[in-house]
Amino acid sequence: MFTSSRRFTSAVAMVGLVSLGLAACGGTTKESVSSQAPAAPEQSSATANPNAPLKEGLKIAFLPKQINNPYETIVDKAGIEAAAEYKGTAKEVGPSDASASSQVSYINTLIQQQQDAILIAANDANAVCGPLKQAMTKGIKVVSYDSDASKDCRNLFINQASSEEVGRSEVKMLADMIDHKGEIAVLSATANATNQNTWIEFMKDELTKPEYKDMKLVKVAYGDDDDQKSFQETQGLLQAYPDLKGIIAPTTVGIAAAARYVSGSKYKGKIVVTGLGTPNQMREFVKNGTVEKFALWNPKDLGYLASYAAASLASGQITGAEGEKFKAGKLGEFTIGKDGEVILGPPFTFDAQNIDDFDY
Amino acid sequence: MAPDVTAVNSARAPLSRFLRWDVLVGILLVVVFIGGAAGSPEFANIDNLSFALGDLGEIALIALAMTLLVVAAEVDLSVASVLGLSSALVGNLWDAGWAIETIIPLVIVVGAVCGLVNGLLVTRLGLPSLAVTIGTLALYRGLALVVLGDRAIAEFPQTYVNLAVGDVPGTPIPYPVAVFAVLAVITAVLLHATGFGRALFAIGAQVEAAHFAGIRVKRIKLILFVVSGVVAAFAGVVYTLRYGSARADNGSGLELAVIAAVLLGGVDFDGGRGTLGGVIAGVLLIGLLRNLLMLNDVSTEIQSIVTGLLLVISVITPRLVAVARQRRRVPSPVVPTPPTT
Repeated sequence: MFTSSRRFTSAVAMVGLVSLGLAACGGTTKESVSSQAPAAPEQSSATANPNAPLKEGLKIAFLPKQINNPYETIVDKAGIEAAAEYKGTAKEVGPSDASASSQVSYINTLIQQQQDAILIAANDANAVCGPLKQAMTKGIKVVSYDSDASKDCRNLFINQASSEEVGRSEVKMLADMIDHKGEIAVLSATANATNQNTWIEFMKDELTKPEYKDMKLVKVAYGDDDDQKSFQETQGLLQAYPDLKGIIAPTTVGIAAAARYVSGSKYKGKIVVTGLGTPNQMREFVKNGTVEKFALWNPKDLGYLASYAAASLASGQITGAEGEKFKAGKLGEFTIGKDGEVILGPPFTFDAQNIDDFDY
Repeated sequence: MAPDVTAVNSARAPLSRFLRWDVLVGILLVVVFIGGAAGSPEFANIDNLSFALGDLGEIALIALAMTLLVVAAEVDLSVASVLGLSSALVGNLWDAGWAIETIIPLVIVVGAVCGLVNGLLVTRLGLPSLAVTIGTLALYRGLALVVLGDRAIAEFPQTYVNLAVGDVPGTPIPYPVAVFAVLAVITAVLLHATGFGRALFAIGAQVEAAHFAGIRVKRIKLILFVVSGVVAAFAGVVYTLRYGSARADNGSGLELAVIAAVLLGGVDFDGGRGTLGGVIAGVLLIGLLRNLLMLNDVSTEIQSIVTGLLLVISVITPRLVAVARQRRRVPSPVVPTPPTT
């Protein structure tokens, strides 16, 4: 029995080696593929008619990363409400898990339902690409928001804020509060979080400017977007750097945990905590004076803008080319930037005066 | 009370003999299909069905190997993790400049090794496969994360992507579904028309009896686990190319969909009973029902409630039928014989 299974094991290994040997000579590699001339990008034959009115009765669908995610629910709800303004019908459909592939079956469904536009917060920029292209060939307009799909798989991307603006404005906001002087630290999410790392790069770049010569970034700590860990990291930072003047936490989990620690410690009033947070999480700390101000984009505006962008595309007002302009209801006029990106605007600053106007 | 129940059951029993569960699933599948075609115009069009079938590809492929295992009273919960590991390897090696023609056989060998580890632990150490493969479920997924981290690799060669997403020329049948069809025929013959298949049923029904009848139980089980690993790794290649994205978390939770389909298809989780036709009907039923519910904008929560209920019913019904039959055969209450000595 034992010998027979060993023979079987070695047979498996042999088959593997032989097939490897056979396959090793020549083949399709990344280099051989990329050395082939890329196909010329298809030029859109459609022309924009900026004066076309928004069509009535448009059918659009929001496909968030996952349903029942409070943030995405706010975005999508605002977009659905915006659709009522231009007399369209909008809905939100989506998977219950934010996995890379789960959105794909939904895209197929929306194609079959012949929606006029699909708005998607992509879980994986590439996994949704094939089906989205298929939708576009069937005349369905595709707008990504919150999280982009590969740029040739959608008409427009509604960016909540440019990464550069987020990074630089965080430093400016903190500098104003500590008179451009002293040691500062960053409390980030995970060490490889794409968004946070991009922002932190821009923060570091901003800090090289002469007006910040008296400010020093002493440490980037990682709370892994885990409340407990972020809380402990804050504690660690304050013990390790007694002269620390400010903490930037560019993550909603991090800023809330940092504020909670500082609020209950002797550092309250001595350390400035700021970053990106949601009003509901931060209300308590703004009210009790731990946090003076923090920033985030307005998710309602994001959904509203995305909804109007989809309607403008589906009505033929715009095609998604750089430089085209469209009007997004109460938010006014927007211009399409490079690679079909539309930027919502600078991050919105929350403070004691305005925080009660927001509930999310 | 008890005699009444017996009477009712014995009246129903002749009917239940004709209505095997796998046949019922087949009928249900036809009902869903006809109902769907009549109710929603988007459902029965070729595009949609072709997509819905393609979307089932990996689950259907893995379900073939899983059927063999479950019939032999074993289970492999690590299949989705092997799929993820395979996907991560494809991504990592492709990104490192390897040829796809080398990568594919290599990851299939890795799949075989994964299956071999499961099989050796189960057959050599005599551990229950449920426990072993829960362990390797975590282990292989962990390895996948080591291999690729949180990166996502894309841009695979178009010729191979076409093999995963394209249709067989002149038909609306996606290539992976065609591969599945061929493998399904082979598996069906193997399971229902060969000595090997009969050995699986024997092992599943009474492992000791099978052993004494000269069936090489351990060896057969080892082969089944290796086959399961190979199929899962192949499914990982298909999955990666179909979505055009290699990630370590690809296919998370897929094992449950596979086992759901196998159980829905009427395979007894205790082994020894089931048909491949039932499993194929089970896979199709879950897939088409989900597609139909989505087309009608039924929320995700309701979708999982429907599939869940279906699954519970599929597990309960055969048991009820079996109990009813047993009661009919033995109308008087069985008096347990006291153990001698």
